[in-house]
Amino acid sequence: MGGIDKEYVGFAALPNQLHRKSVKKGFDFTLMVAGESGLGKSTLINSLFLTNLYEDRQLPEASARLTQTLTIERRGVEIEEGGIKVKLTLVDTPGFGDSVDCSDCWLPVVRFIEEQFEQYLRDESGLNRKNIQDSRVHCCLYFISPFGRGLRPLDVAFLRAVHEKVNIIPVIGKADALMPKETQALKQKIREQLKEEEINIYQFPDCDSDEDEDFKRQDAEMKESIPFAVVGSCEVVRDGGTRPVRGRRYSWGTVEVENPHHCDFLNLRRMLVQTHLQDLKEVTHDLLYEGYRARCLQSLARPGARDRASRSKLSRQSATEIPLPMLPLAETEKLIREKDEELRRMQEMLEKMQAQMQQSQTQGEQSEAL
Amino acid sequence: MDPMRRFPLPPCPSDPQPRTPTLRDAEAEKHCLKMSNTVVVLWLPPGQSGLGKSTMVNTLFKSKMWKSTVQGLGTPTPQTLKLQSVTHVIEEKGVKLKLTVTDTPGFGDQINNDKCWDPILGYISEQYERYLQEEILITRQRHIPDTRVHCCIYFVPPTGHCLRPLDIEFLQRLCRTVNVVPVIARADSLTIEERETFRRRIQHNLRTHCIEVYPQKCFDEDINDRILNSKIRDRIPFAVVGADREHLVNGRCVLGRKTKWGIIEVENLAHCEFPLLRDLLIRSHLQDLKDITHNVHYENYRVCRLNESHLLPRGPGWVNLAQTPAGPLAAPQPSKVHQQAQEDSEDGDEY
Repeated sequence: MGGIDKEYVGFAALPNQLHRKSVKKGFDFTLMVAGESGLGKSTLINSLFLTNLYEDRQLPEASARLTQTLTIERRGVEIEEGGIKVKLTLVDTPGFGDSVDCSDCWLPVVRFIEEQFEQYLRDESGLNRKNIQDSRVHCCLYFISPFGRGLRPLDVAFLRAVHEKVNIIPVIGKADALMPKETQALKQKIREQLKEEEINIYQFPDCDSDEDEDFKRQDAEMKESIPFAVVGSCEVVRDGGTRPVRGRRYSWGTVEVENPHHCDFLNLRRMLVQTHLQDLKEVTHDLLYEGYRARCLQSLARPGARDRASRSKLSRQSATEIPLPMLPLAETEKLIREKDEELRRMQEMLEKMQAQMQQSQTQGEQSEAL
Repeated sequence: MDPMRRFPLPPCPSDPQPRTPTLRDAEAEKHCLKMSNTVVVLWLPPGQSGLGKSTMVNTLFKSKMWKSTVQGLGTPTPQTLKLQSVTHVIEEKGVKLKLTVTDTPGFGDQINNDKCWDPILGYISEQYERYLQEEILITRQRHIPDTRVHCCIYFVPPTGHCLRPLDIEFLQRLCRTVNVVPVIARADSLTIEERETFRRRIQHNLRTHCIEVYPQKCFDEDINDRILNSKIRDRIPFAVVGADREHLVNGRCVLGRKTKWGIIEVENLAHCEFPLLRDLLIRSHLQDLKDITHNVHYENYRVCRLNESHLLPRGPGWVNLAQTPAGPLAAPQPSKVHQQAQEDSEDGDEY
């Protein structure tokens, strides 16, 4: 017993300290939902976070929709569970895919995502970095229609425009319109199309090799079910008169939202909120944001040149090649002038000292001669 | 009478009529008895891919009219709209039905769907033109082959909100040239309450944008028609589900979709309104659809075309049509019509 005490330093308590600090600080997460209207996006968000984020939403009339353009809407909500606070920001894209001509309707979304990166870049390079607000989009849930034959041209265009800028999790909305075989076939088709079009969706990281077999199997099953076929509901119905479940009641049966045999809602919730929230934030920061930053600085250093070297190499190089990229020109000039002054003063001092030394030397010689 | 076993009949005098016999029925009787053959109906169901159009046609006619592609294994979205027609002759009780179904794959699937309705409207006008050309011949056939579109089923996706701009644009143009019956497709994703809300909103949208769908109010002939049609108009658009597989439910074999939480029976009114659609299109209003196409839509087209070709003598009988038919009329060579008309007028024939 004594021996163990002697070896125990105490840094095993570090995770607890980290935990306490994180809990105090709280977490913030920005989630974007995109897709055509009518695919059950709002219902799913309400189901996922058990809040009613869309209470005061006014659905536009059909005539209003004729002239509607894509808008970006942000809604914030603070959720608390078990003492953990999460500040959730939801970014909505009403009007996406609604008009007759949807060409370039994804551009406002791309611009929005880049604006958040730009804001962060500016904050990070600024002088006061204590309270940087992270408004970057950490994850985008893209809703695919269950009625189509896979990804449609608009889906492909949108995904290609944003896949290098945000974590994409593809989701099949209103999945209770599909029979089991149809769901499988649709998922397969979407996966093939994503591969064909070289769209990079968010890759859930592999679980550690020391996890037990059960967990590994569960993890593999969850990965297999991407894109998630989800059904959302905030209503509680009685399942055949027995227990209350959240679901949708039809005349031919009741779809249970939290039943893994009925839909993938549980999988999505587990992966998005319970296990991979932090990973999504990390990937956004380490990979996507750094990529944006490197591209940005690259274009500043060599205006007009846009070669696609590897991201990590660039970030290391740029740190040494471009010392102060963000300071405005006037400040650098001032600094240079100050440095020049200092140099001149130092040179003067040096000359004085040299003169003094020479003087003392000659004096010494004279006294010796005498 | 087991409605699921027998092929749906066109209105026949022996069956109990939903309304008192009118002159139209008498004509139908004559039609049925005399000709007892080809009754041609053309359907043109537009709508995005995956809304169950082909399955619906199969369900309606209980025969594999169309090889419905299993979802996920279909060909990629075709870039251009190509209209594909399939004609079948189905027979029941001595009455032959020559049905032509035209599909519009790829409609509304592109990023820019502007003017995607042009090929469809062009096709409809083309059929009218063909009929017109036959009709104005000097020696014309006894039974002009009727390839005109009698009814257009428009599939509205079940968003649950309201009509989309694309739907409104298309319906506005379509309802002026052909009988349109909108339906809510894939309605098994909406609960009963959601369906009602959606239906009311769609009806409101149709009224706001002055879209007259079949059965049109202005063509109700008498009070009985109006009562009957009002009931139908209240339920339009029907929320339909299509299926071409049979399942065993309570010992019966029914057409339906089997999910993990239940089986949706297509012919069960508590589940979906497919029987209403079938009754409207086939059992009660088939002949009416043809009549309105012939007496109203085709006549409108004809007057427009003849006005354009200046064949009507200018005079008190001159018809001034304020509205021009929307969409580019498939402009077949007016010279051809003109030429024939000239020959006719030379022969002393007048229209």
